[in-house]
Amino acid sequence: MNFDYTEEQTLLENMVTSFVRDDYDWDTRCSIVKTEEGWKEENWKKFAELGLLGVPFDEDQGGLGGEATDIMIVMEQFGKGLVVEPYMPSIILAGGLISKLGSADQKNSIIPEIISGDRRYVFAYAEPQSRFDLFDVKCSATLDGDNYIINGFKSVVFGAGMATHLIISARTDGDQRSKSGITLFLVDIKSDGITLQNYPTIDEYRASEVVIENLTVSKENILGELGNSYEAIEEQVDLSTIAICSEAVGILQVLKDSTNDYCKNRKQFGQSISANQAIQHRLVDMMIEYEQAKSILYMAITADLSNSDERRKAASAAKARIGKAIKFVGENAIQLHGGMGVVDEYMISHFFKRATMIGILFGNVDFHMKRYTDLTQSNIQSINEDDGINLS
Amino acid sequence: MDTAFSSEDLKFQSDVREFISHNYPKELKDSIGTKRKTGKELSRDDLMSWHKILGKHNGWSAPGWPKQYGGAEFSPTQKYIFEQECARAECQYIMPFGVNMVGPVIYTFGNDEQKAKHLPGILSGDVFWCQGYSEPGSGSDLASLKTSAVKEGDHYVVNGQKTWTTLAQHADWIFCLVRTNPDAEKPQQGISFLLIDMKTPGITVRPIKLMDGSHEVNETWFDNVKVPVENLIGQENMGWTYAKFLLAHERSGIAGVARSKKALERIKQIASAEMSYGEPLIQDPAFKSKIANAELELSSLEYTELRTLAKDSAGKGPGPESSLLKIKGTDIQQMVTELAMEAVGYYANPHLGTTLSNEYVGPDYATNLSGSYFNFRKASIYGGSNEIQRNIIAKMVLGL
Repeated sequence: MNFDYTEEQTLLENMVTSFVRDDYDWDTRCSIVKTEEGWKEENWKKFAELGLLGVPFDEDQGGLGGEATDIMIVMEQFGKGLVVEPYMPSIILAGGLISKLGSADQKNSIIPEIISGDRRYVFAYAEPQSRFDLFDVKCSATLDGDNYIINGFKSVVFGAGMATHLIISARTDGDQRSKSGITLFLVDIKSDGITLQNYPTIDEYRASEVVIENLTVSKENILGELGNSYEAIEEQVDLSTIAICSEAVGILQVLKDSTNDYCKNRKQFGQSISANQAIQHRLVDMMIEYEQAKSILYMAITADLSNSDERRKAASAAKARIGKAIKFVGENAIQLHGGMGVVDEYMISHFFKRATMIGILFGNVDFHMKRYTDLTQSNIQSINEDDGINLS
Repeated sequence: MDTAFSSEDLKFQSDVREFISHNYPKELKDSIGTKRKTGKELSRDDLMSWHKILGKHNGWSAPGWPKQYGGAEFSPTQKYIFEQECARAECQYIMPFGVNMVGPVIYTFGNDEQKAKHLPGILSGDVFWCQGYSEPGSGSDLASLKTSAVKEGDHYVVNGQKTWTTLAQHADWIFCLVRTNPDAEKPQQGISFLLIDMKTPGITVRPIKLMDGSHEVNETWFDNVKVPVENLIGQENMGWTYAKFLLAHERSGIAGVARSKKALERIKQIASAEMSYGEPLIQDPAFKSKIANAELELSSLEYTELRTLAKDSAGKGPGPESSLLKIKGTDIQQMVTELAMEAVGYYANPHLGTTLSNEYVGPDYATNLSGSYFNFRKASIYGGSNEIQRNIIAKMVLGL
């Protein structure tokens, strides 16, 4: 049993750490989020050069064949720098769907382009009524000769404004909330029938509302089987959930360490505010929440993610528990920074905002608590009335 | 990263499981089971007979002790597995006072005669130890303790009062912190560590009844008790060093992850038998979500403990992180005892097994669950209160 990184993983960590330190210092990051595009394409090229865009892909496609731990390493360091380039939406989520479902031809033509940085796919799944239910899909695709005609509306699609292509989930069969009948389509983002409304998010990332009107897509551009994509969507969203949990753990570390330093340096009544026990105990509780968050992330990373029930449980356990840690550590980081906590100018509020939005992404605490509960509290055999129980 | 057990660990796991299934006495299981159901106190035999069996098997009664002192010298992973298997089989737990507390102090700081005299009895379970640390005026501020030991020729004369002496009613020996130099510059500097035979004239043990009605702790009075000087551990006035060493050991086993896991499993079974809104309680969204919350805390803590163990096996040693395990571990124990009480609804009320009640009512699994809830309020207070643990982390980990 060990929680050590392999030599390759240590190298990967060092590489991402030095990217964040050298190319993504706080001032640089602030200037990037103020630009019209909201990201820096040069950084994407740098990721390609460093091999980061290939981390999760198979080696025979030119990737690194990385696993959950490798993705965690990248995401945790990106979290510490609040890196806004759409790595998770494009590489982990959309890239994961293509790896999982793509035909040999699709993979051979698309994945090398993703790894080289020439194409970026993002996955348009959420709809105004769907909330966190991945199977709630109104967007429809109807057959017309050799093509499908897609109509619908996709909400809050992260990174769409930076993407070259979309993966769209649309209903080819079944009711709005049926798990069967969902089909994925690969489309060029410049296709007629797609209109993007781009906007910044509260945490300075970028997202888009995507209006789809009579979009024509050839049958060949179906990703995976017709009407049978739900399982794969759920799987890739689970893996992406673990990836953003890793990002959150990186952010929580910054929130906790910065608050610790701030309280040591901030003087009131002639002494550091960290000399007060009320402050000390709060800082200890933040540290405990951080450690517990990191521990449940390690649980998820080392779980048997190839087993679908284990994967579902791991992702929901991690997201629910880390969601609670985000609220506690984040809100207390702001509180202990006092006035400095609430201003835009100082970095702490930015980390808090990003962590809070991660708390919502792919389902909030309540959503994942319910999912975890449903997975772990069915079919329990009840106790015999004659059994005594020993709790001490 | 790899949390899978190695093939040796898996072999060890099946060895432990098999050993327990062949050697954990049915009479003990029945005796403890009956007392739990009827709210009766456990006897010295109930508490010690499993320890005695383990003591005859490769030092398994002392999982962490080095082999040279007769211990099992388990690796951290083996310790974890052993704990898990004992909890899984609901074995009576091993009293910590000898094996986890005074034993390591004796083999680390004691002389050869002391090792030869005391270690075998701790290992075998024949000698029952208790702890003489707290005093009425010295709880969290332990170093302010007043019990005095004055050297007169070849013995010390001990006077004073210890309190919260757990299970002193069964004990053969007590290890005590005593003040040997009342004039030391700092209170920590005048303290010594003494081993005292409970049969020595002048010792009186008086029970303290806890709010659940149990007799678990005592007051222990010392009135001109003569203790031979050879019972001093290490050097005179150096006792505080040994005491702190012991407290770190005490805290490391305190998380109780495996036991809480088992308890949660049982609570889910109870909640499947109990009804609420016309359906099994386990279907009630509010109750379900409390269970899930406890499970997530526990699952996180389990990995926090594993991370600590992994650091431990790499020779980095357990540090002040053990305070974290104590805080969260006892939080969870309290959560679990509360959930169990909550699960049985009205049947939390009957207080069975007292001199006032001969009749037994309600389902057996409900007996004493409220007692456990009330009893376990102690967990965030003993072993250094959770507030003191936060002070330790603030100072030692966060550098505040």
